[in-house]
Amino acid sequence: MKKPVNYSGRRKFLKNLSLFAVGSLALSGCGPVTMKEFLQKNFRTLSKKEKDEIIKDLEKKYTAKYGKEFHVTDEPAADGVEFGYALDLSRCVGCRRCVYACVKENNQSRDPQIHYIQVLQMEKEKGIDFAHSDVHYNPELVPEEGYFYVPVQCQQCRNPQCTEVCPVKATWQEPDGIVVVDYNWCIGCRYCMAACPYGARHFNWGEPTIPADEVNPETHYLGNRPRMKGVVEKCTFCIKRVRNGKYPACVEICPVGARKFGNLLDPESEIRYILANKRVLVLKQELNTQPRFYYFFGV
Amino acid sequence: MNFFRFVNGSFKIITKGSASYYAWVTFLILLTVWGGFGYANQLAHGLIVTHMRDSVSWGFYIGNFTFLVGVAAASVMLVIPAYVYHWKPIKEIVIFGELLAICAVIMCLCFIVVDIGNPLRFWHMLPGIGILNFPSSLLSWDFFVLNSYFILNLIIVVYLLYCHFYKKEYKVSFVMPLVLFSIPLAIGIHTVTAFLFNALPGRPFWNSALLAPRFLASAFCSGPAILLILFQILRKITKFEIKDEAIWTIAELMVYAMFIYLFFTVAELFKEFYSGTENILYWKYLLFGIGENHEIVIYSWSSIAMGSIAFLLFLIPGTRKNFLTLNIGAVLIYGSVYIEKGIALIVPGFTPDTLGQIYVYTPSITEARTAVMIFSSGFLLFTFLSKIAIAIVFEDYCIDDLSSKKRKEKVDKVPVTV
Repeated sequence: MKKPVNYSGRRKFLKNLSLFAVGSLALSGCGPVTMKEFLQKNFRTLSKKEKDEIIKDLEKKYTAKYGKEFHVTDEPAADGVEFGYALDLSRCVGCRRCVYACVKENNQSRDPQIHYIQVLQMEKEKGIDFAHSDVHYNPELVPEEGYFYVPVQCQQCRNPQCTEVCPVKATWQEPDGIVVVDYNWCIGCRYCMAACPYGARHFNWGEPTIPADEVNPETHYLGNRPRMKGVVEKCTFCIKRVRNGKYPACVEICPVGARKFGNLLDPESEIRYILANKRVLVLKQELNTQPRFYYFFGV
Repeated sequence: MNFFRFVNGSFKIITKGSASYYAWVTFLILLTVWGGFGYANQLAHGLIVTHMRDSVSWGFYIGNFTFLVGVAAASVMLVIPAYVYHWKPIKEIVIFGELLAICAVIMCLCFIVVDIGNPLRFWHMLPGIGILNFPSSLLSWDFFVLNSYFILNLIIVVYLLYCHFYKKEYKVSFVMPLVLFSIPLAIGIHTVTAFLFNALPGRPFWNSALLAPRFLASAFCSGPAILLILFQILRKITKFEIKDEAIWTIAELMVYAMFIYLFFTVAELFKEFYSGTENILYWKYLLFGIGENHEIVIYSWSSIAMGSIAFLLFLIPGTRKNFLTLNIGAVLIYGSVYIEKGIALIVPGFTPDTLGQIYVYTPSITEARTAVMIFSSGFLLFTFLSKIAIAIVFEDYCIDDLSSKKRKEKVDKVPVTV
């Protein structure tokens, strides 16, 4: 009985020692990463105690940085919940309010700019055709005659290609269907970005900046907490909000009610009503990603 | 202890050399430092100093990585013809081929490290202390096969040189299985690297079953091109003996590889352009540009032009057997495959992006400098390793040369025996 314990202790020691050596060598030339952060394990392998401690450290760090009382939580997925989203293409006017509500709620970097939602302007004559779409449309007034709008964000696929390709399991699908990223485990190889067929993954090419007066202090560990340089991030259906019974920020802000959200497992939900009574479609169906994000024509 | 003396002896070889050797080494060190400052800038500010963005999230670094995997693979595959055709200096061909492979694999790993956003977290990939997403992620497969290939080649080369150094016979029963195993592994590293791109259904440009075969064919053009020139240099400066016929046979094999590559590419182009689905956009962007965006066209056509000229030079027996035109051809095909893998493979995969938007990518000066850093330090390593191998294999540098005491004994002994 004794030997294995000894062995694992020694192994652990050696492991820590080697990591410490490499780490201190690397850290001597690099930015403000603490040794504790450097040695932190993958979120899914942490114990409750370790998680609590990390979260407490984070709250302290963010509070000091932004001068606001910060809360970081890690509510897990609730039983019997699988989130689904539906977007009414006949209502969307392309105002991009969702884009900016999302930026604010999810603490996306303002410079360099990151947007989880890309609104594509498409010609009515051509139908859904990415090759002729334009994300940089900029008229005085929307909607423009002859055009319709297709907002695209993470489709929370049932068969996500992004999580499959990650070499270190830094991204995964939660039981309620949300695909999340452990920002402290992501190595920044961007293989997931190459794999995602919807351009839903975004990389922090530089140090992210959020003005202190605009920062959202109510955050989730796997969602909208401030990120660091060199990691991938993405839409999480506003994990902080939806796991507390609220709608995602984009649903709430939409001025024309084009965005619908709910529990796919609840037969009484609005999302189930839409799936049962409207003609819905998913983007790039041929790739078999099986999105939980549906598009439909309501009127 | 013995091994320490071997390392010590090797170290002595690389510190001594002619004036031109020192000049070459200094030149490479200066280039490495110049490039290193570019990389330091990237470390300080992040990958924002590259021209990669969310639309084109991989660029020149991954292209270089892919190219060097090909070099690593092909330099060992050259053992096959050496074995089949019974070329005389097969051991030497194995040693230099594998030295090149070792350097190429190290450069590959360097290009991965400079490409990732958090190089400090590289340990997350190490099995045992990190979490390697094996077997699901092709990147973990690539990491695995590249490291196996690296270790295998290192063992073979060090063992052969070590035996030579101690003037021992090497055990064929030990080396031969390893060499034979390294050949399928060489094919394996390039296949897995092709599958890395191939595995992404969201990127139609790479999602073709011909990608891996095309990779192998193009690698068999660029890898031997380096060795072809290296063998001629070795032949001049050492007593390495390789017949003209062997060099011409390598060139002939390269013609086959070029032809196969050409055929695969034509097959791909036919399928894309004749069927004319929306996936044709990527090829259009590569070859003609889309709308106002022609920035990448110059790369693709210069690659095509260099490759075509090289193909003709290698195809026509008169120019194949003339060493001037042969060497021009070798340089041209190397350049052609370098541009093809470095730019023309990666960028069209991302342009237009998955939502149909066009972001024009060409490498930034930082990316170029970082690449220069890796290439010049890789060349430096290859220079050192080759110098050690040349001294041990061709100049009979051995353990006796190491200690002056022993040499004295040797000298003392001579008059006695006479």
